[in-house]
Amino acid sequence: MTTEAPEKEPREFQGLDAIRVEGVSRTFSTGGPEVQALGRMSIRASHGEIVAVVGPSGCGKTTLLELICGLQAPDEGSVESAPAALMPQRDALLPWCNAIDNACLALRARGMSKTRARAVAAPWLERFGLREFQDSRAAQLSGGMRQRVSFLRSLLAGKPVLALDEPFATLDAITRLQMQGWLSHVLASERRTVVLVTHDVEEAVVLADRLVVMSPRPGRAVAELEIALPRPRRRTDAALVALREQALQALGVGG
Amino acid sequence: MSSTAPATPRARTAPPGWRAALLLAILIGLWELYVDIGGADPLILPAPHAVAKALYEDRTLLWSNFVVTAQEVLLGIAVAALAALVFAFGIHFSQTLRRAVYPLLVASQAVPVPMIAPVLVLWLGFGIKAKLVVIALVSFFPIVVTTLAGLEAVDPELIKLMRTFDASRLRIFRHVELPSALPGVLTGAKIAVVVAVIGAYLAELAGASSGLGYLFQQSVAQILTARAYAAVMIMSGFAISLFCLLTLVERRAVPWAYESRGER
Repeated sequence: MTTEAPEKEPREFQGLDAIRVEGVSRTFSTGGPEVQALGRMSIRASHGEIVAVVGPSGCGKTTLLELICGLQAPDEGSVESAPAALMPQRDALLPWCNAIDNACLALRARGMSKTRARAVAAPWLERFGLREFQDSRAAQLSGGMRQRVSFLRSLLAGKPVLALDEPFATLDAITRLQMQGWLSHVLASERRTVVLVTHDVEEAVVLADRLVVMSPRPGRAVAELEIALPRPRRRTDAALVALREQALQALGVGG
Repeated sequence: MSSTAPATPRARTAPPGWRAALLLAILIGLWELYVDIGGADPLILPAPHAVAKALYEDRTLLWSNFVVTAQEVLLGIAVAALAALVFAFGIHFSQTLRRAVYPLLVASQAVPVPMIAPVLVLWLGFGIKAKLVVIALVSFFPIVVTTLAGLEAVDPELIKLMRTFDASRLRIFRHVELPSALPGVLTGAKIAVVVAVIGAYLAELAGASSGLGYLFQQSVAQILTARAYAAVMIMSGFAISLFCLLTLVERRAVPWAYESRGER
């Protein structure tokens, strides 16, 4: 077992992998009894790879993303990652800002002026079908639009890694299907290394290049599936259905 | 879309309207009736029509004194708001400041203002300085408390997000924490304006040569009770107007605080 001193920032490095998490454990004790979120969790992602992480509720998926983003340090093990931007679980848009200023947040966080940031974001809003809503405040946008703004906001951070935390969990079933198709389309042209945390196995199989199944708490990787299927993918495709079945088996809920 | 969401909260925060006006009219009518049928000596409790008459006949006197008090109140609130924001932001940024300063701020609210006001007048003189200190002392604390509450209620996800965007502490404050705290600042200010008017009275009581509070005392001493009541009406009316003004500012400046109440 490797026990390294916890580092505040994940180490950056050059190499084949954009993310390398090895033997990471993380325990929380906020007041109550200690909770071990992760127990010797390992995961890798090469540059430009979309890795989906599925697992039961509370298996430390969010903790894993925060480790990758450098928001937490592991108690044990090592986390190495290229710079990563988070897309939080709920859309967490700023309620006082309109769509375009929400999308600009990462640029403003780096000190870019409002005018310049808007100029950068405007073509993206156009591309994401949000142009006519760019002046609408967050509360006036539909769930799907909010997720698109939220995704764009994290994308414009310009980081090589995107950490998506159950991006479509709050959407209704139909909107979720649309958004999955949309995300697949966007990532095809805007290639990033993506860690997609989800509890929706079908979503994982449709979107990802590789699927990592986590165990219940303390979470660790218990199975890994390559999803070498061509895109765009059809949900009814036999190979896809078979992979989905395999993933469900690994989760212990297969038929 | 949530276009129907604001309906409920807006109806609740709307001016009470005709019901309040009707109740007020009934109460004034009862008061008038009570004095007219001889329930109280008009010298001790003037009837509403006598107060209205005093409001009209003494309008120049009342106005000139109102201007003095209004100036004290508005400047006092400005001082209070400035001090409150400095304290709140300081406490928010520094644990050391929080431990050192916050208990003293709480303690400052335990000081009986009617007792300290004359001492302040002795020290700072009969001018506006002592009044500003007294008004600020009674009205800054609600703003500190509500501002801090607003700063602490920031969505932790947003802070994490900003950190992955490499935002500095100051930019997180500017883009996320400060706007989040703004509704709290305004709530505190609404409480503060009402207390500030009481503070102005206490300050004038401790030593003044003009102002509505001063005029009130003079009128009571001379048994000009109708004039005294007229002064009370103007003071309360002023406090209510400031409160309503801030409610309007709130609607304009922080509309999201109303919108989001219906959802989530």
